[in-house]
Order: sequence, then C-alpha cells, then structure tokens
Amino acid sequence: MGIEEKIPDGILLTNVAKLLNTARKNSVWPAQFGLACCAIEMMAVGGPRFDIARFGMERFSASPRQADLMIVAGRVSQKMAPVLRQIYDQMPEPKWVLAMGVCASSGGMFNNYAIVQGVDHIVPVDMYLPGCPPRPEMLLDAILKLHEKIKHGPISGKPDWTTIDGAPYEKPIERDTRSSKSLPVDVEIQPYLTAPFPGSGT
Amino acid sequence: MADEISPTDPADPTERVTDTSYREVASTGRESTPRPAEEKSSALKDLVAPIAGFGVTFKTMLTKPVTEEYPEDKRPTAPRYHGRHVLNRHADGLEKCVGCELCAWACPADAIYVEGADNTEEARFSPGERYGAVYQINYLRCIFCGLCIEACPTRALTMSNEYELADDSRQDLIFTKDQLLAPLLPGMEAPPHPMRLGEDEKAYYAGKATPAEKTEAQE
Repeated sequence: MGIEEKIPDGILLTNVAKLLNTARKNSVWPAQFGLACCAIEMMAVGGPRFDIARFGMERFSASPRQADLMIVAGRVSQKMAPVLRQIYDQMPEPKWVLAMGVCASSGGMFNNYAIVQGVDHIVPVDMYLPGCPPRPEMLLDAILKLHEKIKHGPISGKPDWTTIDGAPYEKPIERDTRSSKSLPVDVEIQPYLTAPFPGSGT
Repeated sequence: MADEISPTDPADPTERVTDTSYREVASTGRESTPRPAEEKSSALKDLVAPIAGFGVTFKTMLTKPVTEEYPEDKRPTAPRYHGRHVLNRHADGLEKCVGCELCAWACPADAIYVEGADNTEEARFSPGERYGAVYQINYLRCIFCGLCIEACPTRALTMSNEYELADDSRQDLIFTKDQLLAPLLPGMEAPPHPMRLGEDEKAYYAGKATPAEKTEAQE
C-alpha cells in the first residue's frame, strides 16, 4: 500500500506496528451485515447487557466506508453474494471479516443450491464463529480473539494468512473449480469482477 | 357485471365519497366545542411532560447497570445449555461410544462423521463388539440442536456448557475424537484395555464394582 511495505520491518517499525495495531484493535468499527437470526444476537451485543462499546466498537456503521470489520450475521444467499462482495470492496483498508454463525461460516444446515457454502467463497474471513445462532458471549469471544489477531498483525494491518498462491488478499479470490465439476478447462478463467454473468448475453 | 354491484358495496366509489364527507363533519364539530376542563389538564401535562420524560433517565441513573462484564466475569449458562459435545467414558476409562452412527444419521446438518470398527481381545476400546474408531464433529455445520444426544443409545454423546469456539481456521473447527473425548478421571485408564468393572457384561453395566475396589480385591 504505502512506504511501510517497501521498508523491511526494523526495531523502530516493529514498535510503530505495535502502536498502530493497538490503536486499530481498540477502535474496530463494525459494518452491520445482518441477514438472518444471527443479526438478532448481534443486536443484543450492541445493547446494554453485553455492550460492545466496552471494546471500542460503539458505532455499528451503516456505511461501509466508515467500517473496519464486517460481521456477516446470517445465511448468505447466492443473490446476496455480489452485494456482500461490493460492501466488502467499499470498505477501506485494513479490513476484517467475521463470519458469525454456521450459515455464514460454512452454509450450516442449509446445504442446498440457494445458500453460499461459507462466505469465504466470496471474501477472506478472519474469524469463524460457530453456533446457531451464537449467543452474544460467543460473538464477544470471537471479537476478542480477532482483537488478539489484529494486535499481533503486521504493520499494514493485513493478516498475513490471506496470501493465496502468492497473490495479495485484496484481489478477488479466483478458484478454478472447473476440473472438479468436469467442465472444459482449456478456456482461460475470467477475472471475478469483469466476468459476464452466465446467460446474460453480450 | 358492473351493474350487479349493490349500493352498500364498500368497493363502490360513490359510497367512499359519502364516507369522506361524514368524517369532515365530525372533525369540524369537535373543534368547535372544546371542553374547558380538558384544556386545563393538557396545559399542565405539557408543562410536566419534559420533566416526566427525564424522570425515567434520573431513575435509571440510580439503578445498578445491567451490563455483563463478559470476559472478566463469565456468568454461567443455563444448566441444559447446548454447548460443545463430549464423548463420555465408562468408570474404567473405556469409551461409551459403540460406533453405531445413529448420531450421524440424526444430524440435520450432516455435521457428524463416524467410522466404527471391531473391538478385539487384544485392543478393546469399548465394552461390546464395536467402537467408534473415527469420530468427527464439524462445528461449522453443527447447529447445536441436540438431536444426536437424543439418538445416542449408550449415552456416549452429551453436550457441555462450553461455548467459546471461535477460530480462524475451518480445519481446526472440525473436532476429532481426541478433542471430544472426556478427560480421564482418577481411577480411569486410557483404552485399549479389557473390561475392568466386573466378571461379566451384566456386572459391568450394573456398575457395582469401581476400578479401585477391583484392584484392592485382586491384592
């Protein structure tokens, strides 16, 4: 992104990274992406009993431009998938994704044609949270584990695990699944965002 | 068909016009005759209303906050809360699971994977013929409904109250048998070993002799 990635991490930059990551950890603003019953538990976390504001997450951002963490709460249908990706793309760097509940994490019990089998098919997920729906304490636990992850992250704030085959994680995930689906593989794969929708014509 | 509509039909447009005129008459009639007593009380109410609204705020300031200080002060769940599963053991350490796969059949989310295998005289993991050689629960599929618990014929599978399961890897959230098995309590011995709770199966399941008593009797 900037100059901090061109310079190797020295002692000074390590301390700067610690400072930056502590600041980031303590002011993660969530983007609400409530889709189903998990959103009810997410609302409970925002309420007085569990009070997410204790962790510097006071403001549930309704706009992706002001958000750092996307909490995907609920099952993501195939139709919702492009919307989810667009919201994610609109969020500024560094950004994190928390898949709340089994439906967002893996499809859960909805193993059918309508539901995306895990939002990590669309966006890189930093924390998976099981439960159907998870109780508010579980979401707080996941957020605290994510805070630990942010705290020990690199200076750019990006989690280092998201490098897939050497490609940086902000690139759309392109997985060639044609061979497993016994489709012709001699055609070059189209990039994610520029590929025309199948059947939409020219 | 239009001429068949009766005059009292609510869908008739003329009827609706009449309704509106009625309403106008009623409203003007009320405005022209306000009651003096009502006016006085409403003025008092208007004066008190903002203070009464703050009354709720002031009252709340004196009450104890309802916030749970979660990571520092963990409140216990309901005793029958559906948390992470546990694979139980008999009192001598043998596994209760017999590898029947009924839990996997009952699971609506297909979260459980079981592979059974035969017990032999050399390697006995559970009393009876079979044991669960491979046992996995995918916590990213499991919806904690408890149907597997209901299905289990030997009460081998139960649920704990543990709920802090979040992880950043899908692989690590598939719990294997060694993670699910209950810890060995004092007096238990890690399988494989022969049945230690009695001479025959009937005595074993009756649970009359504990392993400690058994060893004392042998001495």
